[in-house]
Amino acid sequence: MSSIRQTQFIEKHQDLWLKFEAWLDYQELSRWQKNSKKKPIEAPEDIDLPDVYRKICHHFALANSRMYNPVLVERLNKLVVRGHHKLYSTRTSFLANIINYFAGGFPALVRKEWRIVSIAAALFYVPFIAAIIVIQFNPDLVYSVMDSSMVDQLEDMYEPERNQRFGRERESDTDLYMFGFYIKHNIGIDFKMFAGGMLFGIGALFFLLFNGVFLGAAFGHMTHIGYFDSFWGFVVGHGAFELNAMVLAGAAGLKLAEALIMPGRKSRGLALIDNGKVAVKLMYGVVAMSLIAAFLEAFWSSAVMPVIIKYVVAAILWSLVAMYFVYLGRENKHQ
Amino acid sequence: MALDTLYHVSTPEGISLRLSPAGPVPRILAWSIDILIRLAITVVIFASLAVFGKTGIGIALILSFLLEWFYPVYFELYKNGQTPGKKNFNLYVTMENASPITPGASIIRNLLRFVDFLPFLYGFGIISMLLTKRFQRLGDLVAGTVVLHKALDYPAIEEDKTKAITPPVSLNLAEQQALIKYQQRIPYLTSDRAEELAQIATPLTENKNPATPQLLGIANWIMGSANK
Repeated sequence: MSSIRQTQFIEKHQDLWLKFEAWLDYQELSRWQKNSKKKPIEAPEDIDLPDVYRKICHHFALANSRMYNPVLVERLNKLVVRGHHKLYSTRTSFLANIINYFAGGFPALVRKEWRIVSIAAALFYVPFIAAIIVIQFNPDLVYSVMDSSMVDQLEDMYEPERNQRFGRERESDTDLYMFGFYIKHNIGIDFKMFAGGMLFGIGALFFLLFNGVFLGAAFGHMTHIGYFDSFWGFVVGHGAFELNAMVLAGAAGLKLAEALIMPGRKSRGLALIDNGKVAVKLMYGVVAMSLIAAFLEAFWSSAVMPVIIKYVVAAILWSLVAMYFVYLGRENKHQ
Repeated sequence: MALDTLYHVSTPEGISLRLSPAGPVPRILAWSIDILIRLAITVVIFASLAVFGKTGIGIALILSFLLEWFYPVYFELYKNGQTPGKKNFNLYVTMENASPITPGASIIRNLLRFVDFLPFLYGFGIISMLLTKRFQRLGDLVAGTVVLHKALDYPAIEEDKTKAITPPVSLNLAEQQALIKYQQRIPYLTSDRAEELAQIATPLTENKNPATPQLLGIANWIMGSANK
């Protein structure tokens, strides 16, 4: 216990601590508070952050080892934590990273994770295609997937004559409504799929299989009752983005499950953190693709035009998505 | 010391930071405030945009989507890791090593909120918090984040050096520290509680009543002993 030395210690360094405190307080203000006209807050003296921080770390270590007053130690600990927080914050531009990411990182990542992406794709597309085919031979099966009111609603929505009657599949002022609806609904499902991976993959597995069977049944039923052009014309364009985004969301969820089920040489905790970083990157791509899908679904798919144009555009969109994932991001070997 | 939930992070400067993770109760309370704020905003958005018909509802749906998933992300990244609810309870979100939360980590922990919420009302999240040393819910585990108590300001105490009482038994360093901490905490305790705590130290107080002045005197003696 060295109170005198403590008093001297405080006297000697107090100014620096106060200066640092004032600087930190100022940094934490919002831009709005800093420029507020009513109560302008003066910017405190600039400090050399690394230098001052290191000095205060030193003071903290001294105060600790000399068993100074706990309140003083606590105060220095708080200063050090705040300084640490400030000094080690990242300054990379989030936006620039995102742009670079979509210009190459995302497709490269999808290729790198091809195993888990293939599993997710199989879990969705196999039941999807199987359901379409099975329903051609056994049409009543659609009623074991969805109830009859749902089937009626679906039939009503894509009834070919209805579209001729109105000239447009929907009133134009509802396009934005549908855009909002698709965003909230579809991206919400993608997010839940990703999060569901945390339950040892069960959530992701469930959503992939369920959507595969459900959508497959819908597609199969519409094809069977002959609403071919009105239905496929509507969905096939944005499907390039929507269905594949869903597959990738499922893959991101499975990535989390991988860390839980087979963490390899890492501890599960560490594997989760590492795989989480990969999975969230996949999710950025999922969000972008789902946004494009929602936009197309709301504003393009609903427009009425010769169905052949829709098929051509859909073919272009599907090949664009395929080319994006196959070719982009190959030049940056170091990434 | 082993009883509390503090944990230490070593920094490149060779010191270790003391951090105190927040348990389920303050976090649930903070969350309740946030959910009320979010509900209020959602109601306002829908009520005000509904006048523009279906188009307005479409925009409201987009905004409510953003609010549902990214309300905490915004505050964690731009408001020092504090949503309004967390700010109210002096909590903040940070990486496990006490550096500021990264955008990726913030998005992970908030997307995974969905599974923390399962099977109902954050069931998995609370179980996970109770099973981990740092009270991390599943989203925190994957993101590598932790919710901490922000240290409060304790103003320095004017030391009352008027009387010093020689302790009847010799005290080791930890005991001396405990007494000094007690002295420092006196302004934050009710006098009843201070007395209650003082009564515990019977070897020092020798059954004096009230015991508080006796302990404070000994604390002064400890502080003063270093003056010699």
